[in-house]
Formats: sequence, C-alpha cells, structure tokens
Amino acid sequence: MVWLNALLQGVLLGGLYALFAAGLSLMFGVMRFVNIAHGDFIVFAAYLLMSTVVMAGMNPFIGIGLVVVIMGIAGYLGQRFVLNRVLGKDILPPILVTFGMSIILQNALLEIFSADSRRVQTGWLETVSIQFNDVVAIGLLPLLMFVAALAILGVLQWIFYHTALGRLLRATSDDAEIVPLMGGNNAHIFGLATMLASGVVAIAGVLLAMKTNFDPTAGPSRLLFAFEAVIIGGLGSIWGTLAGGIVLGVAQTLGAQIDSGYQMLAGHIAFLAVLVLRPKGLFPRTIG
Amino acid sequence: MKQPLLETRGLTAFYGDFQALFGIDFSVGEGETVAVIGSNGAGKSTFLRTITALHANGGQDIRFVGEQIAGMGADLVHKRGIALVPEGRRLFASLSVEENLLIGASGGRAGPWTLDAVYGLFPDLTTKRRNPGTALSGGQQQMVAIGRSLMSNPKLLLCDEISLGLAPKIIKDIYAAVCQIRDLGTSIVVVEQDIGQAMAVADRIYCFQEGHVSLTGTPQSLTRADIAKAYFGIDQEETV
Repeated sequence: MVWLNALLQGVLLGGLYALFAAGLSLMFGVMRFVNIAHGDFIVFAAYLLMSTVVMAGMNPFIGIGLVVVIMGIAGYLGQRFVLNRVLGKDILPPILVTFGMSIILQNALLEIFSADSRRVQTGWLETVSIQFNDVVAIGLLPLLMFVAALAILGVLQWIFYHTALGRLLRATSDDAEIVPLMGGNNAHIFGLATMLASGVVAIAGVLLAMKTNFDPTAGPSRLLFAFEAVIIGGLGSIWGTLAGGIVLGVAQTLGAQIDSGYQMLAGHIAFLAVLVLRPKGLFPRTIG
Repeated sequence: MKQPLLETRGLTAFYGDFQALFGIDFSVGEGETVAVIGSNGAGKSTFLRTITALHANGGQDIRFVGEQIAGMGADLVHKRGIALVPEGRRLFASLSVEENLLIGASGGRAGPWTLDAVYGLFPDLTTKRRNPGTALSGGQQQMVAIGRSLMSNPKLLLCDEISLGLAPKIIKDIYAAVCQIRDLGTSIVVVEQDIGQAMAVADRIYCFQEGHVSLTGTPQSLTRADIAKAYFGIDQEETV
C-alpha cells in the first residue's frame, strides 16, 4: 500500500515534470536549439508569481494571468532581439548565450530576493486530500496541478495539430529553410514558438512555486528534470513527454520510498536505463 | 517594349570565395514560359535560390513587376507573387498532403488556386489527402510540391528540376499540368536537365554554363549543335 501511494504521488509529480519538459521540447523541436536557461526561466516565473500574488497582494488568478502574459511577451522579444541573432548552423552560440542568461538570471534573483528559500502558500488547498485508506491519499493540490498539466499539454497538442500556427511550427521543425517560400517569416515564427514555450514555462513556474520551496539557484536541477523527461519520452511527441515526466516522477518517489537519499538517484537511473534500452525514448516521433 | 515580369541584370552569387553566378541578365515576360537548361553545377538552382532570396541577394538588381526585390526577405518576395518549387521537392515530412498544400497558402494571396483547384489539377492526390506527404510515390510528391507552390497564387512559378528521378510517363503528366498552369496565365520558369522537355514546353530558352548564360533564344531558332555546345562548353563537331 505504501508503494501504491508512492506510485500515485509519482504520477502526479510527473505532470509537473512534463510541463517542465514541454517548453524545452517545443523550442528544441522548432528551432533545434537547447535553452540552458530553461530551468532559470521557470524559477523566474515562480518569483514573478511571488511578487504579484504574495508581495503585491493581487488576486491569485489575475496574478497567474499576469505571469503568463509577462513571460510570453518577454519570450517573444527575447527570441526576436537576442536569440534569433545567434541561431544558425552552429549549435554552440545559443547554448553559450542561454548559459550566460542562466548565470545573469540567478544572480539577479539572488540580488533582488536574497538566497532565502521561498514558497507561495496556497492555504486550505495544501491540507485537503482525498483519503482512500489510512495509507493511500491524494492531496487536492497535487491533483489539481496534475490536471492543470494535462490541460496545458492538451492545449499544446491542439495548437500543434489543429491550427495554422501549429502547422507552421511543425513545418518549421521539418525544414525551416523553405518555410519563407511558403510566406512564413522565420524570425517571427521562432518568436511565436518561444512565446508559446514561455507561456508553458510560466505555468510550470506557478505550479513549482505552489508545490515546493525554491531559491535563486533552483533552476539547473529543473532543467535536468526537463531534459530527462524529454529524453525518456522521446523527442517531438507531447504525450511522450508526459509519459517521460511520469516515468521520472514515479522513479523518484519510489526511490524516495526506499530511502529519501535515493530520490534523485532513482530518477537518474531510470533515465540511464531508458537511454540504454531505448535510446530514442519511449515514444519517438515517427516520420513517413 | 513592354516591361518584363521579372528581370535580373548582372546577377552574381557566391558561396564563400566560390563564385557561382557571373552577371546573369535574364527576363521573363507576362504569361511567358522560360526554360533554363545546363549541366550539373552550371548555377541553375543557385539562380532560382538567389531570385527567391534563399541565397543572399542584397545590392543586386532584381526587378519584379518594376519593383526592386533584391535584399528583401524570402517571405516578402513570396508575398509579391513568386513561388519556388524547390529542388528535391522538400515536402514537410510531419504534415499530411493537405496540410502541405494549406501551408503553401500561408502568405495569404487570393486567386484561382484553392485546395479544390489543386485536387482538380492532380486528381491522384484526392484520395491521399490525409497521408503524410512523404508516404507517396515520387511523382505524387512532386505534384504536392507544385500544388503547394500554386496555393500562394503566384504570378511567377519557378520549377527546379521537377522531372528529376521520375518515370517518363509521370514526367509527361507533370508537364501536362505545367501547361495547364501556364494556360491559366501564370508565368513559369522551368529549370531542366532534360533538353527535349525544355524545348517542348518553353517559349524561350536560356542555357547556363559555369555560371554564365552561354546561349539564349527561342526553341525554333536554336539548333541541337548550338545547344550541345552551349551546354557542355565544347564543340561537338570537333570532338566527334
């Protein structure tokens, strides 16, 4: 029963990891570029939520909406005016630039918010749970977060497969060079891709802020989870990313059940095992 | 004289230090079909890529309907009404046939070419509309690539080696479609290695050789020997 409980908690945690991964996967898929500052953007969104809702005392829903809008706009502008300049055949420049952004962001957050661990309290939401028996229980907050993650991934899937923007993004992923021959502007499309990814990052940051303690240096480990979830799931598939997140979450909670020190280790072992057994991930994208 | 639809003067192109085009003077008139022939590496594809701004063309002289288009982004060139069917078809692999066609209309130009019109031109595609673009035969893929370009309702359609790797019967079908497109008033430039095909379809021919225009004229005015000489850069009669 203890194990069943751990399994359930792992699945719920996996939803959050899938959100971490979705933004990273989207940017890599469309622009073939790895955003090293991805985890720091998530943490930045968490601080934004704290600033608007806790410090400025805004209505939580307005605060969340504001975080999503700010992140989306910043994502578009950052892509158009900074990252587009370093995109090219060479994959190294964007990695270096986002690595630099990661350092700048961590230190700026440290300067503004100090190194103290923070958390956004959610009041009664944190204590309510659905009790199945004396061992197995699902907290309302983790459940809501999982549902939110599913909803966001569903929206992404819908955008990708049922809208003109999604069609352009997939085409850009296939062959960016000739998209301008179809009348698409690559710089703008890249901006939109990053805007979309940043919206997902914003939600991921909001959920992170409500779920756990965070501090200015929490970004890189979120990046690592995001990477692992993407690789486990297989690049380029949204539901694969969800599966990857869940595998990682379950491995971590089962590991923690053995010994709390094994939580991270178990996640990394699951990741390595998938790499060895199925190097393309559980659900690789199939073409043709 | 009437202003040509597209005109280039002294067009050059470089890949690093390597010069691929040396001062190409070229024009296409309204409703005209022009063929560009030449051997591998003569600069035919580079020529089309430079016109459509896939290859950098800043500071050059490329006029389309009287407007200077050199230095514009490829998307803006496209929106003015030039569509390129790229060499090797280059369909979007994760998109279905219909999505490939729809994406061709991203530029938002209105005109006679719609999904129905393209399916009318290439009835073979009707039953394949949900298939991935790359799960078709070579000929059908070429039809999708042409249809995708038509969806932007271009004034000028550039076709890069549309017969490459296809069976003779399929090439005939594809060129029958090209003639239908021409009859609807679209101007066309075809890049071809197949001289017979080029002579049959074109009003005028340019022969490229090592980045220069080595010969130009109407198919009626050119002899096989002229073309062979311009094509290969050797005098056939001397070598035979």
